[in-house]
Amino acid sequence: MDTLAFYLFAFLSVAGGVLLVALRNPVSSALAMVLSFVGLAGLFIGLNAYFVGIVQILVYAGAIMVLFIFIIMLLDLNDEETVKFRSSSVLAGIIIPLLLLAQILGVIQAGHQGEEAEFEEIDVASMKVSAEKFVRNDDDGKALPRSEQSAIYKSLTHEKSPKLPDTNLIGHTIFKSYNFPLQVMGALLLVATIGVVVLSKRTHKQAPSES
Amino acid sequence: MASLNEFLFVSGLLFAIGLAGVILRRNIIVIFMCLELMLAAASLTLVAFSRFHLKDGLPDYNGQVFVFFIITVAAAEVAVGLAIIVALYRARQTINVEDLTSMRG
Repeated sequence: MDTLAFYLFAFLSVAGGVLLVALRNPVSSALAMVLSFVGLAGLFIGLNAYFVGIVQILVYAGAIMVLFIFIIMLLDLNDEETVKFRSSSVLAGIIIPLLLLAQILGVIQAGHQGEEAEFEEIDVASMKVSAEKFVRNDDDGKALPRSEQSAIYKSLTHEKSPKLPDTNLIGHTIFKSYNFPLQVMGALLLVATIGVVVLSKRTHKQAPSES
Repeated sequence: MASLNEFLFVSGLLFAIGLAGVILRRNIIVIFMCLELMLAAASLTLVAFSRFHLKDGLPDYNGQVFVFFIITVAAAEVAVGLAIIVALYRARQTINVEDLTSMRG
């Protein structure tokens, strides 16, 4: 990835985060959150994680932001926070993140003494080599013709334009190594859906006054 | 090209900003957004490590699968959390955390 693009998207995501904390109006905060997530998605795509980047935009900027805006509008929170921040909480809000940041920096410095993790390009030659893991063989151990190979192999060894088939590879990893967690995720989503319906159902009984 | 340390630094910075928001802000919806920012910052770390730890010339996709799971959990969490906030607003007519002190006993 170009270094310039990295700094652009890193600046975008950090600026979005700062605006999210600093802006008083909740709607502006939600839009700043989207700005931050778009920057993060750019960083993901720069790291060759195309699928995760696209899902980040679809889920956060598409679904979650709409939910937030919808709830803000529903509750009619147009009045801005007029309450002054207490100085103790401002102090805590500045000092605790700074301590955390110093700690993270210390760990990064300590973890890479001498050797720096190098960014290795994923080029045509290395993709050809890694495609060997995905070759399909017939019963005699000979490689099948190209038309019967998997999509991952075909995409990695394409003559004209070899691409990193990262969606296929993530699917391959999920269904091969993370089959049970995937089903737990499905159950989690179902339980969350039922829970939301139960929570937001308006009860006609009089709510207890001392709630 | 940016090094692994720079990605980890950006991620730590975003996490610290999210934490500052959680401590500073009084609006519970904005606190919730800052929690989302912290989750996303953690997934940047995972993707960066996945990319810099090449296995046979390909990124280590275990990390990206984990990010996929994080995004799923975050979506479910937002749905449930916002439903709780709406229920809370119906009961108390406020979403300011300083007015919600009945748990203090």
